[in-house]
This record gives sequence, structure tokens and C-alpha cells, in this order.
Amino acid sequence: MIEGIQAGVIDFRSIYGLFDALLPSWLAYGAACALLAFIVINALVLSTALYTWFERRTIGRFQARLGPNRWGPFGLFQPLADVVKLIVKEDTTPASADRIVFALAPIALFAPTVLTMAVIPFGENTFLGRLNIGVLFLVGVTSLNTVAVLAAGWASRNKYAMLGSMRGVAMLCSYEVPMALSITGVVLIANSLSLYEVVQSQNVPFLLVQPLGFLVFMAAASAEMSRTPFDQIEAESELGAGYHTEYSGMKFAIFQLAEFMAPIVTSIIAVALFFGGTRGFDPIPGQIWFVIKVMLVLFGLLWVRATWPRLRIDQIMAFAWKGLFGLALLNIFIVAIQVMLFQDAEGAISTRGLWTMAAVNWAIAIVAIFVMVRLLGGKNLERPAPRRSPLANMYAEAD
Amino acid sequence: MYGNGLLKGLTITMRNLVKPGRMFTVHQYPDRKVGLIGLARAEGVNPAAFLIQHPGRAFKAMLGMVSLTDRMPQHSRFRGEEFSWYEQRCTGCASCAKYCPLGIIRIVTHPSGQQVAEGDKYAIDVFDIDIGRCMFCGLCVEACPYDALHMGSGFEEGKYRRNDLVITKQMLNESPKLPSAWFRPQMEGRDYHPHTHNPIEWQNAGRHEKPTLQEQEERWTKR
Repeated sequence: MIEGIQAGVIDFRSIYGLFDALLPSWLAYGAACALLAFIVINALVLSTALYTWFERRTIGRFQARLGPNRWGPFGLFQPLADVVKLIVKEDTTPASADRIVFALAPIALFAPTVLTMAVIPFGENTFLGRLNIGVLFLVGVTSLNTVAVLAAGWASRNKYAMLGSMRGVAMLCSYEVPMALSITGVVLIANSLSLYEVVQSQNVPFLLVQPLGFLVFMAAASAEMSRTPFDQIEAESELGAGYHTEYSGMKFAIFQLAEFMAPIVTSIIAVALFFGGTRGFDPIPGQIWFVIKVMLVLFGLLWVRATWPRLRIDQIMAFAWKGLFGLALLNIFIVAIQVMLFQDAEGAISTRGLWTMAAVNWAIAIVAIFVMVRLLGGKNLERPAPRRSPLANMYAEAD
Repeated sequence: MYGNGLLKGLTITMRNLVKPGRMFTVHQYPDRKVGLIGLARAEGVNPAAFLIQHPGRAFKAMLGMVSLTDRMPQHSRFRGEEFSWYEQRCTGCASCAKYCPLGIIRIVTHPSGQQVAEGDKYAIDVFDIDIGRCMFCGLCVEACPYDALHMGSGFEEGKYRRNDLVITKQMLNESPKLPSAWFRPQMEGRDYHPHTHNPIEWQNAGRHEKPTLQEQEERWTKR
């Protein structure tokens, strides 16, 4: 496992080297792991806290209202107040809950979100590990939240939490498929599963090369992190609060944390896969480019969240299986043919080849989306009229 | 084509983001965010002069971090939580206490004997109103024959204890005299708005204009 991880600036080996001089090697190993985890998790949690403020303020403005503006300049300390409130709240567990699973579920949702950071290349030499199967790792780890959602709903012993988690799991499982398929297109062009290689091969951002794959990825990802228009898991106006109905205090805080962390992580993944990651032009270093791109994607996600209404559960499932699944398959099919045509002997594709692919794929994407919308839209999206049960008014008709 | 609605929605929200003027919050309460110009206007200074005099506050205002506290605009007939009461006008007849359906006005008087020339008057020892039980029907105000008691115009009267809700004579005397124009048509006629107006003197609170000295002499002394 360690062999697959190559050296970077903030990486395991350099920190391990620091500790190895002072401590016995087994302890140094543990200390290096703990320090690394501490740095990454805290950076992520702090940025999440800032992001919650940014999201609430920006969405407030999108929707022509103010958002939190009471504490600190522009309400900047609002996340702090929220955290203090959540810590002070009583941490309740329902009497008939499955206590162990109930306590573990928030952690099971939080951990995979943080784990994704392990393989992301934040800069030319800034990464935790250059895992040679990074993309596979991402796909595997991000699908772990399904288990957490199911566990939370089941352990609460509450029918609303159970309902919420059941339809959440159905949705998450469905959207795994188009998401993995859309990432496959990226892997085909990059000819590698390593995220570092994926970034390096993006002479033209894959957003331009395969727009269909990008759109499918963004739709599937916003479903994966259960945000509008796919926030069926915790539809506030329909279910109590979805799978975390029974949670309170710090457990609920961890759920919320994971939920608000998801957009950040998703945009980081999207930037690495589709926006050319750390690549930009020269005077600005790669890390700054990465952050700028992440912010742009975050803003796009915010914009969509502030605008679009929630879909019905049957519409969501239909959209995944009838729409996105087909589009993703089409994307793989086209990209595979193009890769066969343009690849040279070493498996790389020239910039010229990438631009040609981009031109063809945009045309195909527009036609494909138009056809998909024609097939799925309008009356096909409407719920079929409920049929009358033959037993419904059996006695009424006899009178 | 399907999907146009989605794009249309996106443009609408983006327009909201770019144009702050589309904010639907009509009045910001209790604090009003002001920029440099607004702050200078509130201070009564020319913005350029203000920038030179107070560069720190001006910079803060330009960042959008300065807010002013305004009185909420309200209708002049708004029946607020505190009462306006003029001791000079009050004769201690206790009509308000008699008309109060809840019996929450308590008046203790003794004959003053001082202002017999201006009409018989009682000196008021105690004038308590238990706001905690008041339902703001306004019958006491309607009953007052000398326009001494008015509904108030304030509303930020939250208290921590029930006892604090009893308004005493001293508190009534000390509170700013901004009576509501409810059941006092003479106030409305004078283009009076409680949230912008200066406190009203006892001579001006009545149903008639303040009599001149000559009129007072004619009315009271040459009887």
C-alpha cells in the first residue's frame, strides 16, 4: 500500500521522517498519521464553517433576503454561534433505538467525506498520497455514505426517519451508477486511474472534451450529496427531517457538518476530474488555481441550489435511470471510439486531438440532451393517474 | 423547448444577486445598514467632510459594517405598550380607573387645594397601570375627560419580571411623551407621527389649541 503512495510536500513520508528521529518507529508511524489527519480534518472543517456562512448569505441574496447578518461583520461569526448552540444542546437517544448503530451512523457519514481528501492533488507537489488507483478510491469511498444514511434511519426506530432513509438509499444507489459511468469517460481519456495523471493529461479541460460526462457527473454528484433539486433524503416539507429526525446535539452537528462538507468535497473532485485541477497559466501557482476553480464550482452549485425546486421521488428515479444512465452510456461509447481513433502508441492524446474531440462531443451533447428532454419531459414526467381499486367501494355500489 | 424554465429561474436568481435593490426587505429593523453617504446624512455632515473627519468610521461604513438604530415607522394611531400620561392635565377624577374593565389602574389622590382658581384639582399620589394584564382596549383613554391619558406609541417593552410591567407615576412622568393619536383626532389634524415627532408638551396634547394668556385670564380668573 505504502509503495503506491509517492512523496509530496505535505505527505506522510516527510512527517514520518520528522517523528522517526524522536520516537520509536511504531509510535512515529501513529503520530505522523494522527498529525496528518488532524491537519486535513481541521482545514476541511474550518473551510466548511466558512462555507456555511457563505452559502447562507449568498443564497439569501439570491432569494432577495438578507441571511445571517447579526453577529460579527457581515454575520461572519454565525457558524461559531451555531456550533456553540449545537454543543450545548442535549444529546438524546430514543429509548428503543439501536444505540451502537445510532452513535456510529454520524461518524460513518462524516469519515468517507474526509477520506476523499487523501488522494486529491491540490497542487503540483501538494497532496497527501499519489494513489495509483485514486479515481477508483474516490468512487468507492463516496458511495459509503449510503450505509450511513441507512444505518441512521434504521437505528432511530422512527418510521419517518426510516422512510426518509429508505428513499434516500434508493436515490443514492441509483445515482452511483451514472456517476461512476461519467467518471469512466475521464479515465478513458486520461488512460490512468491516478488523479495526478488525470490532472496532468488535461491539456484541454475535460469539461470541454466531454460536456455530456460533466453534466451527468454534476447532476449525479448533487444527488449524491442530496442537495436541491435532489434533496429528497431530507425533504423538510415532506418528511420530518429525513434520516436524522431523531438526532440532536453533537450527533446532529456531525450530520450537518458532513452535509455541508459534501459540496466542498464534490467541487474539489469535480475540479480535479473536469476543470484541469491545478493547471492554469504561469504567474499564479497551481494551488491558487485549484482554489479559484473550486470556488467557481461551489458558486455554481449554490446558484442551482438557490433556484431550482425539489423533484418528486419518482421523477428523481426516472431521471437517474432513464435519463442520466443513458447519457452516461452514450458518453462512454463516444469517448471510447474517439480514444481509439486519437490515441498514439503511448496511450496519450495530443492537444489537437482533444480539441477535435471537444468539437464533436459538444455537438453530440446538445443533440443528446435535446432528445433526452423530448423523451422524458412533458407528459412523461407526470405521475400516472391513480387507478381505482376494485375493492374500494365494494359495498357502496351494492346499495 | 423543455428546460427553458430552469434557465429562466437561474437568470432571475442571478439578477437578484447582482442587483441589491431587489431586496424585498422594505424596512430594516432594528438596525439599518448605511453606507458612507447614509451615515454622513444621519450625522448631518457632507460625505466628503465626514470622510476627512472620521476616516475610520467612513471606511467601516463603506465596508457595510455600520448600522443605525431607527424607530420603526408605524401608524400614528398605533396602540403601543406604554401609556402617555400628563400629570399637569390630570385632575385625579379616576374615570380611567372606573372604566377599566380589568381594574388594573390604581389611583390614590388627596385634595391639593392649590389650584382652585384653575378648576378643582386633586394631587395624585399613586398612578399605577399593570401593563401585564392590560388588553389595550383603550376604554381608559376614551373615558379621560381632560385628555390626560393617551395610548403610547412604543412597543419594545419586553421585561424580565412581571413586577417590572407595572408602570408607576414616576415612570409615566419620565417616559418620552409621544402619545398615540388613537382616539385623539386633534393629534392627527396636526400632522403628528409618533416615530418622527418631538415629544409633545402637556399644553398641546389637549383637544384644543393652547389658550393664550388673555384667554386664560378671561376663562379662569374673571369668573
